[in-house]
Amino acid sequence: MIFKISKDIKFSNFYKKMNIFSYILIFLSILVLLIKGLNLGVDFKGGTLIEVRTENSITIIAEIRESLLKMNLGDVTVKKFGKENDYLVKIEITKSDDENFIKSINDKLSADLGSAVNFRRVENVGPKVSNELLRAGLLAISLSLAAMLFYIWIRFEWQFSLGAVIALIHDVIITVGIFSFLAYEVNLSIVAAVLTIVGYSMNDTVVIFDRIRENLKKYSKMSITEISDLSTNQTLSRTLITSVTTLLALFSIYIFGGAILKGFSFAMILGVIIGTYSSIFIATPVLNYTKVNQKTILKENTENN
Amino acid sequence: MLYFSRIKLFIIYSIIVILSFFSFINFIDNKENFILSKKVKLGLDLQGGSYLLLEVDSKPIVNQNLQHKLLSLGKYFKKNKIKYQNLKLINQSINFQINAEDIEKFEKFLLNKDNSINIYYNQYRSYEMNYSLEDNRVKLEYSKFGLIEIKNSALDQSLEIVRRRIDEVGTNEPTIIRRGNDRILVELPGLDDPNRIKKLLGKTANLTFRLVSESEDDFGSEFLSYEDSEAQLSVSKRVVLSGNNLIAAQPRFDNQNNQNTVNISLDRAGAKKFARATKNNVGKRLAIILDNKIISAPVIQEAILSGNSVISGNFTFQSATDLALLLRSGALPAPLTIIEERTVGPDLGEDSIKAGAISLAIGFLLVMIYMLYKYRKLGIIADLALIINLILLIGILTVLEATLTLPGIAGIILTVGMAVDANVLIFERIKEEMVTEKSIIHAFDMGYKNAQSAVLDANITTLISAVILFFLGSGPVKGFAVTLGIGILTTLFSAYFFARHLSSLYAMKNKDKQIVL
Repeated sequence: MIFKISKDIKFSNFYKKMNIFSYILIFLSILVLLIKGLNLGVDFKGGTLIEVRTENSITIIAEIRESLLKMNLGDVTVKKFGKENDYLVKIEITKSDDENFIKSINDKLSADLGSAVNFRRVENVGPKVSNELLRAGLLAISLSLAAMLFYIWIRFEWQFSLGAVIALIHDVIITVGIFSFLAYEVNLSIVAAVLTIVGYSMNDTVVIFDRIRENLKKYSKMSITEISDLSTNQTLSRTLITSVTTLLALFSIYIFGGAILKGFSFAMILGVIIGTYSSIFIATPVLNYTKVNQKTILKENTENN
Repeated sequence: MLYFSRIKLFIIYSIIVILSFFSFINFIDNKENFILSKKVKLGLDLQGGSYLLLEVDSKPIVNQNLQHKLLSLGKYFKKNKIKYQNLKLINQSINFQINAEDIEKFEKFLLNKDNSINIYYNQYRSYEMNYSLEDNRVKLEYSKFGLIEIKNSALDQSLEIVRRRIDEVGTNEPTIIRRGNDRILVELPGLDDPNRIKKLLGKTANLTFRLVSESEDDFGSEFLSYEDSEAQLSVSKRVVLSGNNLIAAQPRFDNQNNQNTVNISLDRAGAKKFARATKNNVGKRLAIILDNKIISAPVIQEAILSGNSVISGNFTFQSATDLALLLRSGALPAPLTIIEERTVGPDLGEDSIKAGAISLAIGFLLVMIYMLYKYRKLGIIADLALIINLILLIGILTVLEATLTLPGIAGIILTVGMAVDANVLIFERIKEEMVTEKSIIHAFDMGYKNAQSAVLDANITTLISAVILFFLGSGPVKGFAVTLGIGILTTLFSAYFFARHLSSLYAMKNKDKQIVL
């Protein structure tokens, strides 16, 4: 039989450097979040979002904005969205007491542009609902972090659980930081993406942890550093293959899935890359820092028996 | 791990056949058969339609009920010769003063479980009202459960009226359900322009007939404006007749005057009241008022005894039809506000389906090709497992008649990308086992066995995210959680049962050969 020689990369040599790199990224993310904040969509900020298709392909954004500004709608943003003459309009206010609100905007816009406009999508979220959605979103993310912490704690030991959750928080902060930096819109689907990232990153981490536990049992003489290097190498090809297939699927959504799924798939792509990185360079080093050894695992076994 | 008993194989392949059948029936058109008619439902974002979240404002009802209680209290005091002062409504509470010696008597009355003013709810072990005493000042307000009861009954009534109004418009399979204790969720698939429904739901439809007052009468009067202009008219506060006495309302076209009208019929009590009022007030103007706006105020030409009347106004055919519809379906107990609206046009839905299908096909192909490239023959097994996985996933969605949304399609594509992970974990493990194992069968066996805990852990973590998302997410995002969650289950099934069986066949056949993985 022919075998490929197993890869032997000393990941542990890079732990310090990579950790500093991550500290910097996290610091920058928090800084950017504090300065720029997040570009919250109507789901979380309230307001009205309209996807407009104009008949006239030479419509300019400025014309649409000008027409909307005349209507006293508060803060208005207009940008291109997807195809040639599709635009996304965000309006600060919602008028829940006026059923004709949307229709009147359509009428005035059509009149100003000189041709009928088609509202392909309207989302109108009142302040009460947007607050609730924001709260539910934050709750969902916190709950999933807590659930992961608990799950790993049950399946492994507290050191593993700590490492996994630090890696998760790392992933979430950096993903959100990049969204803040690029001023990409954060809406309900981004929360879904973040939750999936949490699941994915965890998935990646758990596979390495599983191997570390197995190797700890097998090799009593090896130090945790050697064990984590060995385990990371053993699982490396799986880690990369799975990241590649997941990214293939995600890029397919990003490129062909239409404008609505762009933000979601972008967040997921970021998350998969960051999650893969953090499993190796954030979660695993925590086991070294907390000096996990064979006893940690054997203790678990005797407890279970 | 490689041995399968016949009964096991039978079960595994039966499940695959049955679910394949279910995913197939999505493509046949049969509405009668209970099983054949099962389909994956398309969410509003894919088929187009409107999602409306309505909130019932119960404050007016609370105030109204307190007014009634205020009157009953006054009567009770008079009857029992209790002297009271400053009986008033302040900030949703009834306030008054009574003499110190009467307080005990009043308390006793209030805490009697059969008293007429403060109902005792057995199911909550609580009274409808709470009271507090400060010297001789008494403050009465609704208790937590009293408010819940009011909200519940207002919501139930509103739900009924909303359902009637939407049914009358005749939209395609609407969903109307209560959310919490003061909200109603309305989903209207296929509706392009929700404006008409929004208008219909935004009206309380409180109809009253009141005389236009020329001089102050006992009931007082107030200025109300017309529905379609700023002009105002002074009308009496006394209600001659209200919408409660209506039994029918139909739009009509009056050929004589060339205008749209709404013809109404009154019940017996209403007809009597209307007859008396019109007889006594011939020559005066009678205002027809909807939600505090005057529709019209015609002069009473003669006594109307039949109980049939005509509402005229500046109606178009549409507005006459809608007014008749509103009057037929009855008045809402409290105003409704639309606090969330999401509408997707049908053409955008179609575009989304197309984009979803294309990205699914491409993602699927890319992943399959990559697996073939990476694992050659085992790649074929992984790809077959992937195809079965997708078929099972659609099959289960069909059996559950789950709703497929655009994020749901993204969930399926993501499942495709992540589903191969289980097989990758196993194949990589088999590779490793081959280093130490001489026998291929043994290596495969150990590979499956040793990869199991990693496969399980890896999938359970994603499942946890999906479950949390399912319970806390809303609308389309929920659809994502559904496909992601079910996708994990089908992934485990197809990797650990279907692909494992194929692998075992492969290992048996090649047990004497050298395999390069």
